Amino acid sequence: MFPTPIHQRPIVNQYIYKIFLPISLIIWLIPIFGILMTSIRGLGDITAGNMWGTPSEFLLFSNLYDVFTNTPMIKYTLNSFKVTIPTMLGAVALSCMTGFALANYKFKTNLIIFFIFIAGNFVPFQILMIPVRDLTFKIGLYNTITGLVLFHVAFQTGFCTLFMRNFIKALPQELIEAARMDGASEFRIFWKIILPLTRPAIAALCVLIFTFIWNDYFWATVLIQGDHAMPITAGLKSLNGQWITAYHLLSTGSIVAAIPPVIMFFLMQKHFIAGLTLGATKG
Amino acid sequence: MELNNSKAKRITWWQKNQVKISPWIFLAPGLIFFSIYVIAPIFVSIGISFYQWDGLSPSIYVGLQNYIELLDDEYFYISLWNNLKWLIFFMLAVPIGLGLAIFLNQIVFGIRLIKSLFFFPFVISQVVIGLIFTWFYQPNYGVIAPFLNLIGLEGFSILANENTATYGIIFAGLYPQIAYCLILYLTGLNNINPEQIEAGRMDGAKGFHLFWNIVLPQLRHATFLAIVVTVIGALRSFDMVAIMTQGGPYGYSNVLAYYMFEQALSEYGYRMGYGSAIATVLFTIMMFYILFFIYRMYRNEREDNN
Repeated sequence: MFPTPIHQRPIVNQYIYKIFLPISLIIWLIPIFGILMTSIRGLGDITAGNMWGTPSEFLLFSNLYDVFTNTPMIKYTLNSFKVTIPTMLGAVALSCMTGFALANYKFKTNLIIFFIFIAGNFVPFQILMIPVRDLTFKIGLYNTITGLVLFHVAFQTGFCTLFMRNFIKALPQELIEAARMDGASEFRIFWKIILPLTRPAIAALCVLIFTFIWNDYFWATVLIQGDHAMPITAGLKSLNGQWITAYHLLSTGSIVAAIPPVIMFFLMQKHFIAGLTLGATKG
Repeated sequence: MELNNSKAKRITWWQKNQVKISPWIFLAPGLIFFSIYVIAPIFVSIGISFYQWDGLSPSIYVGLQNYIELLDDEYFYISLWNNLKWLIFFMLAVPIGLGLAIFLNQIVFGIRLIKSLFFFPFVISQVVIGLIFTWFYQPNYGVIAPFLNLIGLEGFSILANENTATYGIIFAGLYPQIAYCLILYLTGLNNINPEQIEAGRMDGAKGFHLFWNIVLPQLRHATFLAIVVTVIGALRSFDMVAIMTQGGPYGYSNVLAYYMFEQALSEYGYRMGYGSAIATVLFTIMMFYILFFIYRMYRNEREDNN
């Protein structure tokens, strides 16, 4: 193990480590504490410049009430779910199939297609922006959740294919060969053998895609105008313009926007990390 | 009888060829979708960059005019220069993430929760991070205001100053990026071969020597991924700029990604051709990294097959 486990070190070092660990965590989380504390405050504290002292009032619930009743925050949150969940399902479904095709069959253009998916996944969004916006206009889906979802599904298929293909490639090939010998059709192999085995990969992709799409800001601004279809990231930005110095509301709104991916992360941490490291985790 | 016969034949034809045809059936939906929304637009964008177009009226072919204008555009150079600053300073996330990973790779009480809390910023939207840091930097109400007062910079606004705005944004961007690199390196440290470390220790390797010669080479994969995602993140920096400064003051914190958006889709006018030219430049820069990544994957594939 590297570095040397702390319990093999002199006792003094152990104490120093145990003191420094929470201190470093507190420093690291200062920005988070900042918004948590501010979401409790009232306007009085903000204008008095009381940012780090004890809040003079406990107004978290009143702030939440303000945010949810005086702004379209509920609408934004719902929109975010409506964009995120179908994207997650769509991209995972498509990439199970592409990943299976690229991992399991030998044909001339296999690697080329695989590399196209990878390359597409890394391009800057700006090179896609104008044609995608144009296309979405032309098919009558500009300013709709469906329009945004369609693009997200297509784009995320790149990353998901990379992940799925590598995952399926690492599965034991004998299983597939044996099934083929028994006369199972290719679709049956996919459905009955591969899909059940890819469950961990599907879980990893679901958490990752959820977080990516929930946090997307660029495409929400390019393809959506107006509150009816706006997801929470873009909504928060537009509220920021109205609130100006109402930092207590801004903080409360930020927390609302951050909660779903944070919950997702804590519930599925192992899968999340496996996804991020492209499956480098063992076990 | 004949009907049965032809049915039997069809089945055998399918049975013979299904291994050849199946991959294309599985690929079709994903590949078609991806081509329409990702691959084709790249070429369309490059095409548009040779036109003058406001998005509505007919476009006019202008050849290299947009690119020639870019060469003379002061704001283009500012954005390009800022992209370079992003590339350089964003890279700090890699060593800092590695350092933190080594610091946290211990088994003590509560370490799992502590690690999770360190990952935390990566999960939060960049919009939220951008808003938090914008508020931190506020000259009067902000968190760092007392510190600025202390060093005699009362009322100094980091994001409104042309010399500091970009660094202010990069600093905010580093927060989630360090968390990302930390995740990659903690996984890497976890996968290290303990026997090699022990063998190194037997040979008397210690501290930095052990780290540099035995540990770091084993973290190759994590380092590679960390560098790739950091470079891509630096070149894609849009959200932070849009939230924190919108390129200001006077375009001094602009980056290509945001400048392109501003030219093509904002109140400054709908210059689709010019915007596409900027996007094409950004794409070309990015392509070097993409090709490098693919080259590495290709090498790995060949090693796997041999």
